[in-house]
Amino acid sequence: MSKVKLTIDGLPVEIEEGATILRAADELDIYIPTLCYHPDQNVKANCRICVVEVVGMKLLVPACSYPATEGMAVLTHSQRVRTARRNILELILARHAQDCLHCDRSGFCELQKVSEEMHFLRTPRYPYVARSDYWDDSSPSIVRNSQKCVACGRCEYVCSNIQTVHALSKVGRGFEVNFEPAYGKKLGDSVCINCGQCIQACPTAALTIYDYTLRVWRAFADPQKTVVAQVAPAVRITLAEALGEAPGTISTGRLVTALKRVGFDVVFDTDFTADLTIMEEGTELLGRINNGGVLPMITSCSPGWIKFCETYYPDLIPNLSTCKSPQAMFGALIKTFYAKQIRKVPSDIFSVSIMPCTAKKFEAQRPEMGRNGYRDVDVVISVQEIARMIRSAGINFSNLPETPFDSPFGLGSGAGEIFGATGGVMEAALRTVYEIVTGKELDSLDFESVRGFEGIKEASVMVGDIKVKVAVAHGLGNARKLMDAIRAKEADYHFIEIMACPGGCIGGGGNPIKNWRKMGPRLEAVYREDKNMPLRKSHENPYVKKLYEDFLGEPNSHKCHELLHTRYVDRSYLLR
Amino acid sequence: MKTEFTAQTEITPQLEKKIVAIAERYHKEPHQLMRILLDIQKVTSNAIPREVAIVVSRVTGIPEAKLYGFVSFYAMISPAPRGKYVIRMCESAPCHVTGAVAVMESIIKTLGIQPGETSRDGRFTLEYCQCLGVCESSPAILVNDMIYKNLTPGRAATLIEDYMRGDVS
Repeated sequence: MSKVKLTIDGLPVEIEEGATILRAADELDIYIPTLCYHPDQNVKANCRICVVEVVGMKLLVPACSYPATEGMAVLTHSQRVRTARRNILELILARHAQDCLHCDRSGFCELQKVSEEMHFLRTPRYPYVARSDYWDDSSPSIVRNSQKCVACGRCEYVCSNIQTVHALSKVGRGFEVNFEPAYGKKLGDSVCINCGQCIQACPTAALTIYDYTLRVWRAFADPQKTVVAQVAPAVRITLAEALGEAPGTISTGRLVTALKRVGFDVVFDTDFTADLTIMEEGTELLGRINNGGVLPMITSCSPGWIKFCETYYPDLIPNLSTCKSPQAMFGALIKTFYAKQIRKVPSDIFSVSIMPCTAKKFEAQRPEMGRNGYRDVDVVISVQEIARMIRSAGINFSNLPETPFDSPFGLGSGAGEIFGATGGVMEAALRTVYEIVTGKELDSLDFESVRGFEGIKEASVMVGDIKVKVAVAHGLGNARKLMDAIRAKEADYHFIEIMACPGGCIGGGGNPIKNWRKMGPRLEAVYREDKNMPLRKSHENPYVKKLYEDFLGEPNSHKCHELLHTRYVDRSYLLR
Repeated sequence: MKTEFTAQTEITPQLEKKIVAIAERYHKEPHQLMRILLDIQKVTSNAIPREVAIVVSRVTGIPEAKLYGFVSFYAMISPAPRGKYVIRMCESAPCHVTGAVAVMESIIKTLGIQPGETSRDGRFTLEYCQCLGVCESSPAILVNDMIYKNLTPGRAATLIEDYMRGDVS
């Protein structure tokens, strides 16, 4: 590809033809403020905060969309640019409630950063007028506050183009433009699947995680309650990042210490029930293959994906594994087996799960996830929320000693750990199914073909004399392609793993704000953690074996079905 | 954008048939969504309410949210049911200069509704609109597809009364 030479602020730079001025400036490490620009999305160029001056041109141009051309001389902070940018910022602020002091995004808000980097100190000249009074906390996962919206359109892009959920749309025009569900519906009643990718895309606090931390603090203060935490595989990968460390910093030991100091009585590892999920799901898969059950079987760990399937593909519900997600399995075990073990009534146990996910908040509230009038999981809090709790408890996370998880559910295998990344459930299942069926040990535990960030991954593995064909999709746009193929009977897979969020749980909506650049180190950390685990196969987890012996019987037993399996509902009425 | 969604539009089998027939044109000419929705409006409550959008969505495959975004953007299409006759008063400068304010006052008085409202019998909706392109004969109003020019308050009132009596259709 041919290259073009240009200068930015007098500095020469060479870049491939067609690249934007913003890209060229990035090469030179020159910061140009942006708001509607997102590195993972198409260019929108609607906020105009990135305007720059091209010498000889009459008008300023947006750096995020204007291509760099040969011989161009760009000025990024000339007087004209600075004046224009300030005015643009003032116009944006005229539509953005400025209550930063008690805002959920304070400290990692892109608008705040832009304002700070521009050294904007004066009081905006234009009075603040709310865009709309649309305030929506109807969803258990996502809060929508139009007063913080800068109308960049990043949420709609991710919802429609990447997730293909089409919950949010750009409504109205001009000053009144707003992003909301169709026909005045609230998010909680809409086709929204609670994945929280819009939260990850939002530059401000127009979309935030529903905060449940107050309920956890209240439980700590209640002497009656034993507060039990379970920690999802991806949390140990992203928590340190949420507290200011580099992406991909693994913090398992420090995390347990921090949780204990914050006030949790017991801290369990969701890796354990991930192993349990593999035992149940693997057994279910073998049963379906041997007894002519519905194939392909599709994983059910991702609650966003489940609601998506219930809404858009209700005819494929029989393909879903009946296994609960690891969080829900753990919830059921804590309120039954564990409650009995510590001689407590279930209502005296406050079960908190710490998840990288916003859809888990919805899952925990599903009527199927509880019994005899109590919830299996009382509260789900995301990585962002637990990071806030740790900080507000005055804990310096970087200096903490390491503590192991509590028994009896403290031991998980590497197979459970890789649930956090796309392809992980598949790989964990293959490790177990292969060894159970053939009775032989795998030469290599690393199934490279299901790893990585490719949208749809395929592999086939000889398990005994069956050639098991598998597929892995992450991001619901990719899942939709697979589902359409299954509907058209064009897919002959046995087993499919689907994760709602791009990248799997490490890209979940409850994590610190991400882009694909941060995802690489997170993914690498997941497999590093897997490699370091003493156990790497679910069926070798001694505590899982013991749980089956003492309590559950055998995989897919009656008791397992009662506690660890679930059913799904047709939600296509949301489209009617 | 403020829109009330309380009114329900009943989709009878006959109406659904009509909507489906128009919406199916989308498969042949996907660039004509605007025309299609305008035509559908003529057989419905002069609007694309949710119940209608769902039928259109089913036929065309366009998600409901996308349709809503489209419908809420264009002034000629409404997401909330409107009257049989939509009366649009031009609010651009030339009409304003030649007496639009007085004409509008006369219409408001005759119909007994404010701009943005629908009469209680569901027959009339009054709206403002942008330039109708007939500035040489301003002030002008648009009633559904018909344009009326060179209006005075008196002529406007007579015209509206004709509509109210059903002399014009």
